[in-house]
Amino acid sequence: MTAPFLELVGIRKSYPGVLALDGVSLSVAEGEVVGIVGENGAGKSTLMKVLGGVVAPDAGVIRTDGVERRALSVSDAMAAGIAFVHQELNLFENLDVAANVFIGREVLAGGFLKLVDTRTLHRRVLPLLERLGCDFGPDTMVDSLSLAQRQLVEILKALSLDARLVIMDEPTSSLTIAETERLLRVIAGLKADGVGVIFISHRLAEVERCADRVVVLRDGSVAGELDREHIDHAAMIRLMIGRELKARYVPPAQAPGAPALEVIGARTRLHPGRSVDLTVRRGEILGLAGLVGSGRTELACALFGIDRLLEGTVRVDGAPLDIHHPRAAIERGLYLVPEDRKRCGLLLDVSVAENIALPDLRAYASRGLVSTAAERTGAERQKRSLGIRVPDVATAAGTLSGGNQQKVVLAKWLAMRPRVIILDEPTRGIDVGSKSDIYTLLRALADSGVAILMISSDMEEVIGVADRIAVMHEGRIGGELERAQFSEQNVLRLAVGSTALAA
Amino acid sequence: MIFKKDLGLLVLILLVGTVVAIINPRFLLAANISNTANQIGLFGIIAIAQAFVIVIGGIELSVGAIVALLGVLFVDLIVNAEVHWALAAVIVVGAGMLMGLVHGTLVAKMGMQSFVVTLCALLIYRGSARYYTEDATVGFGFGASFPTLEWLTAGRSEIFAPLARLAGYDGPTIAVPHSLIVLAIVTVVAGILLHRSVLGRYLYAIGKNEEAARYSGIATTRITIAAYVICCGLTALSAILFAMYTRSISPAVHGNFYELYAIAAAVLGGFSLRGGEGSILGVVLGTVLLQVLQNLVNLLGIPSSLNFAVMGSVILIGVLADQQISRYRRQSAAHATRLRASQERAGELAAGRGSDTT
Repeated sequence: MTAPFLELVGIRKSYPGVLALDGVSLSVAEGEVVGIVGENGAGKSTLMKVLGGVVAPDAGVIRTDGVERRALSVSDAMAAGIAFVHQELNLFENLDVAANVFIGREVLAGGFLKLVDTRTLHRRVLPLLERLGCDFGPDTMVDSLSLAQRQLVEILKALSLDARLVIMDEPTSSLTIAETERLLRVIAGLKADGVGVIFISHRLAEVERCADRVVVLRDGSVAGELDREHIDHAAMIRLMIGRELKARYVPPAQAPGAPALEVIGARTRLHPGRSVDLTVRRGEILGLAGLVGSGRTELACALFGIDRLLEGTVRVDGAPLDIHHPRAAIERGLYLVPEDRKRCGLLLDVSVAENIALPDLRAYASRGLVSTAAERTGAERQKRSLGIRVPDVATAAGTLSGGNQQKVVLAKWLAMRPRVIILDEPTRGIDVGSKSDIYTLLRALADSGVAILMISSDMEEVIGVADRIAVMHEGRIGGELERAQFSEQNVLRLAVGSTALAA
Repeated sequence: MIFKKDLGLLVLILLVGTVVAIINPRFLLAANISNTANQIGLFGIIAIAQAFVIVIGGIELSVGAIVALLGVLFVDLIVNAEVHWALAAVIVVGAGMLMGLVHGTLVAKMGMQSFVVTLCALLIYRGSARYYTEDATVGFGFGASFPTLEWLTAGRSEIFAPLARLAGYDGPTIAVPHSLIVLAIVTVVAGILLHRSVLGRYLYAIGKNEEAARYSGIATTRITIAAYVICCGLTALSAILFAMYTRSISPAVHGNFYELYAIAAAVLGGFSLRGGEGSILGVVLGTVLLQVLQNLVNLLGIPSSLNFAVMGSVILIGVLADQQISRYRRQSAAHATRLRASQERAGELAAGRGSDTT
């Protein structure tokens, strides 16, 4: 093997409250394809930000071609020949392929008008198009290209910069099988030309096919590396998990009752070809696990009436629910605690009391006029029962800590006697103390007869809190696990699409 | 309902008023005050109307054109069609609300930008008004007389006279224009609606964060439409008052730039064009300031061609100052929050996460 083109040694990066990377070392040689896998939150995206020069590490050394640096800047990364193909593509849809490839580096046709020399741009893009075997031309408008073709444009851009390392973040997550095949061929071509590739993916089968080496991240450090001949599903999964679980399971006070939420054949826009069936019973906490992009949030939004449900039946307490607007769900006691607290859950510069009263404002009003006193009393009651740490309920919600903000979002619904609560990543970005408060609260709610559907990417949380786990994989339920079958391994297997369970 | 911003505005008005009064004492003449009050009454209503749309993050640019078109319609109905004026008023306000319904539906249901919708409405209404009258001035003929209507809309009453008599003063008192009384009523109703009612809360919620409002089950589409209906309905009411005040309407110029006066008053009164902020009292004070400035231009012998330039400068400086002050306030608040959070964390560590003291 040739000397590594890129070497990271002992990279550390911490954010307030989280150690995102804890001494990660990684090297990529010319023409080597390195797969990086790990659970959500294992540190993959932070590592990529370090490589792209967006984030400066707290400690560690980055070596490119033997040149040592403490951190890369964006221009350093570009000059070193590191190029990115992001999950969300950064293309200008209103420009053609050639203009996108040379954006910011346009060849000018002289003169003080500085006109862009379109012809030269097109001529320079052509050989690159042939090299990748693209089925579109330099003058094709990007908005007429498919997602897979746009990805190729990003790769073209990388090649035009003489990139020596192309980093692909979940490149296949929204590609069809045929498109994925083509991408894998392109990667093989890059490799043959001596370009290194970092391939980040949840899809272990593809990693297995294209990677020369796999680096497994777990909790911000390298859990292990696998060479070409040792790469297989089971080995990767074994390395990805294997922490001890900290959340302590509290069993329900009584056996779950009748089904409170029944979802039959629900199809959402993200995965229109797949449908979801699931049932949550009264007094039960059903954990909904799955990888990012498996369609869990879309399902939650469709059940609550935010997005349109393409097809399917939803029953609450046995009676069908016609969801066209969140109000319809709310009237039946089906509530959603959304994933993005700040954008969808709260009015940040409005008081805690007004936030709590908002969904049920009429209950705090007589003849159309809101009683601030009633609002205050209601909020004080919620503050006491949920332990919201705020000196005064008139404080703006945005000034609270993440955990307390989440409690305010919960309080909005708890004041309205819920039957079914859907929580989307209920403890993301929340401190440990508030986390356990919320778990206790969820259990108490379930014991009072509420059905709880908890979407979570936090393995510890799913296994430690849920009574039953449904695992979503690409738009459908890949499988369900009873408590006896709970293990990280089983959840992960279902999440990546395997069906066989370990004993 | 009184906010810090409103107080600042009040101080500014008193300051400007005092300066003008010192330079030119005619500012304080009863007739001058009465005339300025009339202007405040007329323009205050369209400013409050505008506030209902601005609070949800929208804008209504067709205010001036509505004033022209509905003014023409009103005069035509009672002069030429000989409709009873009360019925004509109902028709005109109804027409205004219908316009609002259309604007609101285009914005909320069709997803168009309010700027585009109301800009097109401006052009359509202005053009219609001119076509309707064949570009001729319409007005009340010489003999025509509608005493009750005139008294109601353009009359003035010395309502302070009895009080003055009691105090032993029997000179002339300020004749309060009825437009100002209408504004007072509109202010109280709009104030309660916007600051105390469920609808008002929803309007602010949509302006602050429409997404969160939707996730809280608020019927954002309906509430948005309601905002435009209220706005255009109130504008229609002011169209009647303007028509009765000018008594003749040239559809090409009547109401020109009125939308800008309304937006300026709302912005001066603390409304953010991003939505979710501002108070009705602020809008009224903003109108007062604008009209006092107009008066200042007249009384201080500043060439009236500079009118707009003075207004523009004052608004620019006012909004800039306000923005800087609130930025400073936000920064110190954020600092306090960080401090509290770190203390909280330290306290938690010390207590070993024992008791929940709040």
